[in-house]
Amino acid sequence: MLCDHCRERDAVVHLTQIVENAVTQLHLCEKCAAAKGIETTIAMPKHPLGDFLHAAQYPVSPAAGDQTRCAYCETTLRDFRASGRLGCAHCYTAFEGALRELLRRVQGGAKHAGREYTAPVVAGTERETALATLRSQLQQAVVAEEFETAAALRDQIRALE
Amino acid sequence: MTLDLSLLPDGGMPWITASGAHADIVLSSRVRLARNVAGFAFSPRARDGERLLVLQQVREAASHVDLLSQAVLLRLDEMTANERRLLYERHLVSRELAELDAPTARSGSAVLVGEEAALMVNEEDHLRLQVFRSGFDIGGAWERAGRVDRELGATLPLAYHREFGFLTSCPTNVGTGLRASVLVHLPGLVLTQEIGKVLTGLQQMGLTYRGLYGEGSEVVGNFFQISNQTTLGRGEDELCDHLERVVSHVISREEEARRVLIRDAGYIIEDKLWRAYGTLRYARSLGVDEAMNLLSGVRLAVGLKLVAGLSVYTLNKLLVYSQLGHLSLAEGRPLTESEAGLARARHVRGVLAGEGSSA
Repeated sequence: MLCDHCRERDAVVHLTQIVENAVTQLHLCEKCAAAKGIETTIAMPKHPLGDFLHAAQYPVSPAAGDQTRCAYCETTLRDFRASGRLGCAHCYTAFEGALRELLRRVQGGAKHAGREYTAPVVAGTERETALATLRSQLQQAVVAEEFETAAALRDQIRALE
Repeated sequence: MTLDLSLLPDGGMPWITASGAHADIVLSSRVRLARNVAGFAFSPRARDGERLLVLQQVREAASHVDLLSQAVLLRLDEMTANERRLLYERHLVSRELAELDAPTARSGSAVLVGEEAALMVNEEDHLRLQVFRSGFDIGGAWERAGRVDRELGATLPLAYHREFGFLTSCPTNVGTGLRASVLVHLPGLVLTQEIGKVLTGLQQMGLTYRGLYGEGSEVVGNFFQISNQTTLGRGEDELCDHLERVVSHVISREEEARRVLIRDAGYIIEDKLWRAYGTLRYARSLGVDEAMNLLSGVRLAVGLKLVAGLSVYTLNKLLVYSQLGHLSLAEGRPLTESEAGLARARHVRGVLAGEGSSA
C-alpha cells in the first residue's frame, strides 16, 4: 500500500481518526507521518538482559577474560556470558571489575542505595547447636547414601567452622 | 500430592476482589523482592541437596515471620504439570518455577502462600517474595514486603554485598532486588492510539512494560504490567514512589481517553463493546487470546457504566478461570487446545448468564 500523502513510499503508519463520529483511515509512510508530527516509534520493550549481554560481549578490561573462574562455584565469565546468570554470591567478587562497569551501563549505577543489611551472626552456643544439627544431618545423609545432600551439608559445616 | 486450592487463603489471589482503588483500571499492584541465602550456590547452579536444604531453612525462618507463619507450603516438585500450571495462572509462581513443559519440577521448587504475602523458593533466586494488593496500592504492597523481608533476614542469613546490595542470580535484579509492578487495563489509550506515546514515555522514565503474565508474555486484552526497570542506585521508597507517580499519570491519561471516546465516538464504542459482550455471551468456542480481548471490551463497558449488573470482581475471576489449567481442573481432565475452546465458551456463557446484565 502506498502512502496517501506522497504516493511514492510504502505506507507503514495506519492512522484511524474519528471526526464527528465518522471514522477515516489514513495510511502514511514514515517520512510523511513524521512531517505531520505523528508519533511513529512505538519502541519495543527492551529486554534489560539483552543490553547487558551485549555489553558483556565487550569486556572492559582485557584481564577480565573468559577464563576468569569463581573459586566457589566454578562458574567462568564465559558461562556467565552464555547464560546471563551468575552462579553464586562469590561470583560478584570474582568478576567484580567487569561487573561494576556493566552494572553502571545496565542499571545506571553500581552502588546500592537501598536498605542496608547485616546478616545474623551465628555465634557461641547458637553456632555450636547449628554445627551439631548439621553434623547429625550429614551422618543421616551418608547412611541414606544421599551424597548430594551430604556434600552440601559438608560445605555448610566448613563455612561455619 | 494432590493440590487443594481451597486450602489457600483467598485462593492465593488477594488482588482478585477488585476492592482496591481504581480497580476497574488497575487489576493489581505487586512488590517482589529477590533474595538469596548466604552459603549456597544460586538455585540454577545448586545441587539438588542444596536446594532441599535451602527449602528447609526458608521454612524454618518463615515460621517466625508474622505474615508467613500460617502460610501453606506447596511443593512444586511433587506436583503434576497441570497443578503447577494452576499456580502459574494465579500468578503465584513464575513460568520459570512452574516449568510447564517439564514432567517434574526440580527438587526443592516450592511456594509458601500466606494471606498477604507469598514466597517462591528455588526460582532463579532462592527467594522471591511477592505481595499482591487489589487495585492501585504500591505503598501497601511495599510496606508488607519490607516487613516480611526484615523479619526473614533477621534469622536467615542473606547474600549481601556492601557495594552491590542484595545479590541475585541475574545482575538486572541486584541491589534492592525490588520489582514493583502494576497491572493496568488501558483500552482507552489503545483505541485513541495514544498508547505508543505513553509506552515510549514510560521507557524514558526508567520504567518498562510486559503482558498479563509478566516476563516473556505478550500484551493481550490491553493489559499492561508496568514496572521499574532498574534495581540498583536508588532506594526502595524512591523506586516505589516513582512508579506510583508515573502510573497515577497513566491512569488519568486513560480516564481522559475514555471521556474522549464517549464524547467523540459514543455510539461506535457502545456498539463495539456490546458486540464483545454478545460474542462472550453466546459463542460456542473461544480461543484464549480471543477471550482476553473480548473480556477487555466488556471490562471497558463496565468501567464506562454501559453495562449494569456485572462486577469487576467477576471479570477478574473470568481472566483466571478461563485459562487452560483452570478449565482442565473444572472438567476433571487435561484438555487439548480445541477442547479448551469449547470449555472456555461454556464457562464464560454460564458466568455471564448468571450475572444477568442489562443495557
